[in-house]
Amino acid sequence: MQEGRQPILELQGITKSFGGVEALRGVDFALLPGEIHGLVGENGAGKSTLMKIIAGVHAEFSGRFLLDGQEMRFRSARDAHAAGIAMVHQELSVAPDLTVAENVFLGNQPTNRLGLVQWRRMAREAGEQLARFGIDVDPTSRLGDLPIGLQQLIEIARVLFSGARIVILDEPTSALSPPEVERLFATLRRLREEGTAIVFISHFIEDILRVSDTVTVFRNGRKVAETASAATTKGALIEAMIGRGGEALEHSYTDDLVLPRPSDSPAVLKVDQLSLARSLKDVSFEARAGEVLGIYGFMGCGQQELSRILFGKLQPDAGTLAVEGTLKTFASTAAARRAGVALVPESRRAMLFHQEPVYKNISISILDRIASLLLKPAQERDIAKRQVEQLQIRPPVVGLDLGMLSGGNQQKVALAKWLTYPPKLLVLCEPTRGMDVGAKNDVINIVRDLRAKGLAIIVLSTEPETVLSLADRILVLKRGAVVREFKNEPVSKDRLLEAA
Amino acid sequence: MASSETAAATGQRARGVAPFLRSQMRNIAPFLTLIFLSAFFALASPSFATIDNLGNILTQVSVTGVIAVGLTFVILCAEIDLSIASIANVTGIAVAYFTLQDSYVNIANIPLPGALAILLSILLCAALGLVNALGLTVIGIPSFIMTLAMMQIAAGISALLVRGQIAYKVPGLISTLGSGAIGGIPWIVIVAAIMLLGGHLVLTYTRFGRYVYMVGGNREAAEYSGLNVKLILGSVMVISAVCSGIGGMLGVAHFGSAQQNEFDTYLLDSIAAVVVGGTSLFGGRGGIGNTIVGLFVLGVLNNGLDHVNIDSFLKILIRGVILLAALIINVYAQRLREKAAE
Ligand SMILES: Nc1ncnc2c1ncn2[C@@H]1O[C@H](COP(=O)(O)OP(=O)(O)OP(=O)(O)O)[C@@H](O)[C@H]1O
Ligand SMILES: [Mg+2]
Repeated sequence: MQEGRQPILELQGITKSFGGVEALRGVDFALLPGEIHGLVGENGAGKSTLMKIIAGVHAEFSGRFLLDGQEMRFRSARDAHAAGIAMVHQELSVAPDLTVAENVFLGNQPTNRLGLVQWRRMAREAGEQLARFGIDVDPTSRLGDLPIGLQQLIEIARVLFSGARIVILDEPTSALSPPEVERLFATLRRLREEGTAIVFISHFIEDILRVSDTVTVFRNGRKVAETASAATTKGALIEAMIGRGGEALEHSYTDDLVLPRPSDSPAVLKVDQLSLARSLKDVSFEARAGEVLGIYGFMGCGQQELSRILFGKLQPDAGTLAVEGTLKTFASTAAARRAGVALVPESRRAMLFHQEPVYKNISISILDRIASLLLKPAQERDIAKRQVEQLQIRPPVVGLDLGMLSGGNQQKVALAKWLTYPPKLLVLCEPTRGMDVGAKNDVINIVRDLRAKGLAIIVLSTEPETVLSLADRILVLKRGAVVREFKNEPVSKDRLLEAA
Repeated sequence: MASSETAAATGQRARGVAPFLRSQMRNIAPFLTLIFLSAFFALASPSFATIDNLGNILTQVSVTGVIAVGLTFVILCAEIDLSIASIANVTGIAVAYFTLQDSYVNIANIPLPGALAILLSILLCAALGLVNALGLTVIGIPSFIMTLAMMQIAAGISALLVRGQIAYKVPGLISTLGSGAIGGIPWIVIVAAIMLLGGHLVLTYTRFGRYVYMVGGNREAAEYSGLNVKLILGSVMVISAVCSGIGGMLGVAHFGSAQQNEFDTYLLDSIAAVVVGGTSLFGGRGGIGNTIVGLFVLGVLNNGLDHVNIDSFLKILIRGVILLAALIINVYAQRLREKAAE
């Protein structure tokens, strides 16, 4: 840490609890101007909670809060915004029904002297800002129609260019492809030169080490370490995070990895010449029992659409789909489920019930099997408890409303939901997004277990690591077409990136 | 595991009374409204707080109660049914249409045995509900519009059946349930109680009930869970129409006549009962318990205003204002809950 510079923000002895659960216990945290401060920690360690306190979202907490050396309290996110603090939340918080331009200028639209919004100027400026960030998109299109990664990018751009002095990014890169991450980092470095203080939360330790000046490690609501990034290693950080030797947990996949010989078991799913408007072109492949098929590609390569077609949420324009040799046209998700297909979409919001308890979220997929007419809540809870234990969901209370779990733990619930079901074909979109290293490892083991049980599994991801850590065979998707298949041969992160 | 569970459970309790109350605002506010209104009328009029009058109130809300059972399902799914009163009306008219009327009634009707008349009438309202269901799920017309059209269609069928005349006779069973009593308790109150209880049991203890809450809570997530969302939405529209139809038949027996526009006020009353009770218009929250409280609020309000000495034209306005206040509380409670969860 550079000596002599005054922290722009200083928190002392921050304690915050939600009901009986202590999310933060006596945390000290200081942020210097012109610094990129990395934050790491397991799921539920309290990272987002601390950031929400800084951004004025949580107004009730104990401890001292000093901004520019002055003790103060924000009553709302608005107050924090007025004080120059902007945050990109872990959960996407865009307005899907507004246009791209409106989202970029949310809350401070350019107006003329009469107070009327200057739409044309707004669209032009939004387009320019996004272009500076390397985003090529029509500013007048509806945001909700864009792929989720692009939405996230637009949200980031909005916050970065809002002119804030303190910028907080809570897992901003989880939906981004490598080139976009590079652009983001370049922008962060430029902002740092201009004196902006930046907090950067991520489960990608390598990214943290590469871009940040200082790293703080959280465990169980406490700060357990703070070091200069240059003076630490990935292994040391992981060990601090989870309290045990962690080197083995995070593989970097820069070296070649040899894929196994493809399984010769029967195809559970056979996709033939699938096409969809501008998203997919003549996609054909098979998914076999006892095999994990990885599908890799940059954001917008058609993965999302492909997964939706497999689960009956979208109907293809052309091509066929066969499950265990029988041709199927899924008119609805219910039909796909009946045929034995299950999907975990990349967005938790789309598949979880935030106002309902954890056990109802998990049991929904198997309700028809455990209850013909009357519900059996005791049995539902038992099944949920087993999943919560197996996936180490924290806190392990199945009666808690889902909305009270941390982001990573919600993601685990999304997975748990289908694990109780065992389908024939499990389609996982970004299964480890937002998970800490330990949890990622758990997911890898669970997927291997399911594979051993003879499920066909398809993993779609924009993160090469995810695909490499899980897949036995890998397809690379580019602009809606399969451009390369890796099987029974060496593959590495670089080879994947090159193919995409 | 077990110990951490209990630890967290006590933690839940330790969270404090204020946030708990805030998150329960949806259930508490209507209850307070009810207590306040009852206390007010009890003080304002000696004839209000009597056993006899309690019986009156129960009888007065019974038809609304029967209709509101089905509407609760619809609103829990974040949909709306504006055709309930018209369907009640047409079903009530139909059951009379299929019954032998006295010779002075000038309607070219089709007299049938009582059981058949009832069966046909129920089939009629179920069919109308099915049309609502198909319009909503297959064609994709928003329920607000679809049921608005159905409101007109059902009114049209009513008009054609009675052609401006009034019918009086209904089958014996309906007549007993609608206007008879057993041991001093009106049958109509018993029927309403049984239907409310049945609705509650379905919503709370059956798989279908859970699906209703899940579809209302997050429709997209329900779809990604592989639920047959359209089937569930379609079902609630049919349930709503059938409940309305039963309410309509009982109502006709209760009023002693079947005619056009007889149920017009029941549309607003039923929606008000459900929403005033605290069931969220955004779906997924609330239930029959809330509807019961809402029914009482409405019943006490309507009945109480008759017991106090106010200009009867002013009463309409007062009623509107109090309903508006209750609705504001509903929306406000939703926000408080979101805050508490946040
Ligand atoms: N609104 C809330 N109500 C109750 N508990 C909460 C709430 N928000 C967070 N928590 C709890 O506080 C703890 C810390 O959560 P937080 O979201 O800060 O974790 P995190 O470090 O950001 O994890 P992740 O990497 O999974 O995003 C968790 O145990 C979580 O369950
Ligand atoms: Mg978080």
